[in-house]
Parts: sequence; structure tokens; C-alpha cells
Amino acid sequence: MTDNIIEVRDLVKHFPVRVGVLFKRTVGHVRAVDGVSFDLKRGETLGVVGESGCGKSTLAQVLMRLEPPTSGTATFEGRDILKMKGGELRKLRRDIQIVLQDPYTSLNPRMTVGDIIGEPFEIHPEVAPKASRAKKVRELLDVVGLNPEHINRYPHQFSGGQRQRIGIARALALRPKVIVCDEPVSALDVSIQAQVMNLLGDLQTEFGLSYVFIAHDLSVVRHLSDRVAVMYLGKMVEVGTEEEIYEHPTHPYTQALLSAVPVPDPELRDHRQVIRLEGDVPSPVDPPSGCRFRTRCWKAQDICATEEPKLVTRVANHPSACHFAEEKSVVP
Amino acid sequence: MTTTQSEVDFEGTAPVPGAPLLEVDNLFVEFRTRDGVAKVLNGVSYRVEPGETLAVLGESGSGKSVTAQTVMGILDMPPGVITGGEIRFHGENLLKASPKRRREVRGSGIAMIFQDALSALNPVFTVGFQIEEQLRLRKGMSRRDARKRAVELLEQVKIPNAKGRVRQYPHEFSGGMRQRAMIAMSLALDPEMLIADEPTTALDVTVQAQIMDLLKDIQVERNMGLILITHDLGVVAEVADRIAVMYAGRIVEQSHARDLYRKPGHPYTQGLLDSLPRLDLKGTELTTIKGLPPSLLNIPKGCPFNPRCPRVQDICKTEVPPQHRLAPGRLSACHFAEELISGD
Repeated sequence: MTDNIIEVRDLVKHFPVRVGVLFKRTVGHVRAVDGVSFDLKRGETLGVVGESGCGKSTLAQVLMRLEPPTSGTATFEGRDILKMKGGELRKLRRDIQIVLQDPYTSLNPRMTVGDIIGEPFEIHPEVAPKASRAKKVRELLDVVGLNPEHINRYPHQFSGGQRQRIGIARALALRPKVIVCDEPVSALDVSIQAQVMNLLGDLQTEFGLSYVFIAHDLSVVRHLSDRVAVMYLGKMVEVGTEEEIYEHPTHPYTQALLSAVPVPDPELRDHRQVIRLEGDVPSPVDPPSGCRFRTRCWKAQDICATEEPKLVTRVANHPSACHFAEEKSVVP
Repeated sequence: MTTTQSEVDFEGTAPVPGAPLLEVDNLFVEFRTRDGVAKVLNGVSYRVEPGETLAVLGESGSGKSVTAQTVMGILDMPPGVITGGEIRFHGENLLKASPKRRREVRGSGIAMIFQDALSALNPVFTVGFQIEEQLRLRKGMSRRDARKRAVELLEQVKIPNAKGRVRQYPHEFSGGMRQRAMIAMSLALDPEMLIADEPTTALDVTVQAQIMDLLKDIQVERNMGLILITHDLGVVAEVADRIAVMYAGRIVEQSHARDLYRKPGHPYTQGLLDSLPRLDLKGTELTTIKGLPPSLLNIPKGCPFNPRCPRVQDICKTEVPPQHRLAPGRLSACHFAEELISGD
């Protein structure tokens, strides 16, 4: 009915914390993702930013059905991802693929590049008949900017950036509609990072892909995303277009996050507004009551401890989960 | 109760009054590996004065950490071999100093903090013990005095409840806290110079900002020299006074921070700045540096950057560019440095 390719509603993923050697008792839960809702439109890039432990990678894994969710729904083209089984699930995997962060551990060192990129075809033989597989793999290598003649090389013979290209080629093999990118450039050097980001942009135009782009680097996310969701301790605190989030942030956490990013321009050193947060992110096992950000927030009032702010539009035309949402421009 | 030996039995030069705090002069280091000789440092020179922050900027494999390890005297040898150059601390050549003298300088002269605080700290001793250890061994403090000093140091790096924290183990600290503890440890012997090797790379951005603020405060308070090793052009812009950009074991450009960002004097620096996504600008396509950094086993002839350089000429493929002095305190190892600065 709509052009939403993925719709997620109230997604929750709790990991039990168990103690004991023989008789394990559950003593609590890590609330990795705790009630997250969002839509991904066809052909768009949704950036998900947040610090470590905010649940952004868990979100990716639940979307990929690598982890079963605790509750909530997620649909892909109207079908429920979380209830699929067997053949239907296998078909889903053709449509949603993932690119992982670490190009050193996400490629099997004993397989050649050809085998790695060609493996999806083994599982989905209908995509490419056996005879045409080698040709397909060469094409994919070419698409991601690698030399097709290197098909018989092993991962260790490639640099970090090239390995990430192999990971991208593998994700592209089945011609998916959505690619979940979990920190795809954070392990790469600056000059290589730019190459891979450009590649991701080009592939999106060429194949009409939708991306869920997960990263902790706000500059990288801004560069690639149409819309951005900011996560904190398992919740989305602010969602909006790239411009709304970066130019008109309303949630104090978004503002603090943006102001903490170092800008590569020494001229701005003394002119920037700086918001420094105190302390660390609280443990997701025992998150603060009410608003989860209140323990580090300079605006916190009594209501923040008792009532959880809903992710609704209060100001600036986009939703923000803060009782005292207020527009403030922090990016110079 | 140890009687300190007078400093007579090492062959090095004595400290020279009025000499710079730290001077690295034309340093060459090789790694002799099974695959051949990797030329890791090929004539690196820089100097740091008290109260000054020098940022050493470079991508992985550019030799920025090896330089620091050589200065500290913690380079793994073998495979590392120092094949030339001098490291002068107050004018005294550390490479010629006795092991005993080097130990004296390490910690109280030059201290270092590392990227990964969890693996730099010993997991089986409390944080307090690890700070106290150097105080007791090097300063001969009693247990009680050392503990008192350790708590003070933890308070200086703004660790809340330092009295209780001093008894805890590194795994009980969060990432930012561990980095703070490591900074406290490096300050224990009141060093004149601190080398920070990617101190915030493993940290989240809000914590990174806290740690950088802390380092800056401590530096100003103690008038310390600071070498900040990093690959992050943003962090550098916020704290550095001067910048040295490294590529394939050479310093390709050295400059005051503002000048470098305003007008890079080397095509590599230019390429790095262009390939950076900006928080404050939404661009369409990033300009990239084509290709990959060279293997140190096989550095290209001439200028090491020539296969990736957009301005490459014939001379670049045959002759190693000398350091051009573009302005006072500004050097660039590019044959066309003057044109780069004046032109466009």
C-alpha cells in the first residue's frame, strides 16, 4: 500500500543475564533494543547512529533474523519477517542482505574470493545456474571495483578496503532490495573509507537499493543518509531527515552527540558551542526510569524520572523523545 | 634505601641546557622480516617544545606509532632495527644512553598512553597497585604514601569516588574510565613529555570529547610537551598546535595547524582533507585518493606517494623530494610544494 519496504513496530530484544554453573538462573535482562519503531522507504538510506551499547547492531541482527526478537513486529513488503520459516525465510534472505563491520573476521580465510562471493548461489541456485556462476562472480568483482582476475585469491591477500569490497560483492550477489550495513567503514583508513562510501552510493543508484546504514560516525552517516534515527540505550530518541537532525536537532542527546564530533577546521576551534556530557552511558541491564537519558541530561526535571517521553513531534516538524524538546543548532 | 648511582657510566652525551625538549633527528628504522626488509621509518625528524602539542597524523602503516615506540625505547628488536638517526631529549641522545638511563627517562621524562586501555592495563592487579608500583619502585615511596598519591592522581583525572576505585580491577572500569586510569598512571612520575598513541580511537564520541578535554587541561596545567598520534583529522584540528603528516615512513608535511587546514602543502594532505565526510557540509561525491598505500617492503622509487598522486610528473618517479621550507616552521616533501601553496 505504501512505498515502505520495511516497517518495524515496537521491536524488543532482551538478552537474559544468567548466573550459575550447572543450574543457571536468570538474574536480569540486557535491554538491547527496547521498543523501536521505524519505516524504511524504497530506495532511501536510513542512517542509525548511537554510541556503543545503544542497540544498533542488535537491531540489524533482528532485522536479518539472525536473532529472534523478544516481541514486536517487522514486515518486509507487507510480510512479517519475524514469523517466517523455511522456504519463505530463505526467500527473504535473497531480498535482505548484510555487510558487516570487520572485513578481517567476516570472510572465511580458507575460502577463495570466488567461493565467498559465489556461496549465496549454492543456497539459491535459482538465481544463477551453475554454468554461469563464475561469470556472475567476475561481474560482481568488477562492479565493486576489484580485479575480476583475482577470483582465486584468498582474503589475506587483500587490504582492508578491498576486503570490505568483497563483503559488499557477497551482499550484492543475490540482487537484494535492502542491504543492512553494520558499521561498514569504521575499520578503514580515511582515504579508503571515502572510496567505499562512494561505492555504496553508486551501487544504490545503480541497483535501486535501500540501505539501513548503521554507524557511530555522525559525519559518515550524514554523508550517506536521507533520514537519520538517533538511538540511546535501546530506544530511538529522535528521527528525522538528514537536515532536520543535523541542522535542527531537538533532543538534548542528539545535540550533545553532534557537538562532541570534532570538526576538521582549526578556525572553528574557539567558536563552537560545546556541550560536554558527564559520565558514561548507564548499563542496559538496569536503565534509568522514565527518560533513559536523564542521568546525563542538563535539562532533567522531576517528570523525566517518572514519565517516559514518547517519540512524537513536539517542535521542528520531526519526532523527538524529550519532554523539553527544543530546537538548537550545534553544527557550525 | 637504595643509593642512587651517579650518572657516570653511560657513553651518551649529557643533557644540554637550552636544547629543545624532544628532538627526533633523521630517524631510520627497518623491520627485518621473513618476507624481506620493511623500511618502516625513512628519515623522520620532528621536535617538541614544553607546552606544545604536536599531532602526528597518518594512516595505518605510515610509521607514526613506530616513531613513538622508538622514542620510548619500547620498539620490539628484533624485528626492528634502528639504522640511523638520533633522538635527543634535552639534547641528550637517548639512542646512545645506557639501559639504566633509558629506564630513568621512561616514565619520569617521557611517558606514553596507548589506544587500547584494556590490554595496556594488567588484568590481575588493581588499578591502584599499577599506579603505586612505579611510585614505590622509582620514588621509593612507602605503601601508604603511594596509595595516597594514587588516589590524588585518580582525582586529577576526574574519576569519581577515587578512594574506592583505586581498589578495583581494570575490568570493573568502563572504557573511558580505563583511559583516565591510564592517563593517571602516565602522570605518576611527573613526566615532562607525554606521547598519546590514538588515545580516543576506541572510545565513543561523547567520551572521546571528555578525554581530549582532560588531556588538554593536564597539558596546560603541567606545561607538558604532548605528541598526539592519530588518524582523525577532526581531533587534530581541535587540539594540535603543529601537525606532522606521515606517509610510508616519511613526514611529508609539517606545519602549524591552521595553515595546514587552510592550504595543504602536500597532495597527500590535500587528498586526506578532501576524502573526509564533513558533519557541517553535505557533499555529493567524496574526492578520494586512488589506490592503496604502498607496501613498506617495496616502497615506490622517487616520491613514495607518486603512484597515487594527481599531480605526478616524471621527476616524482625518479627523485625523492627534499623537504621544501615553505614558511617558518612549514615543510613539505613535494617537488611542487611552492606551486601548491601559491597556485590554484
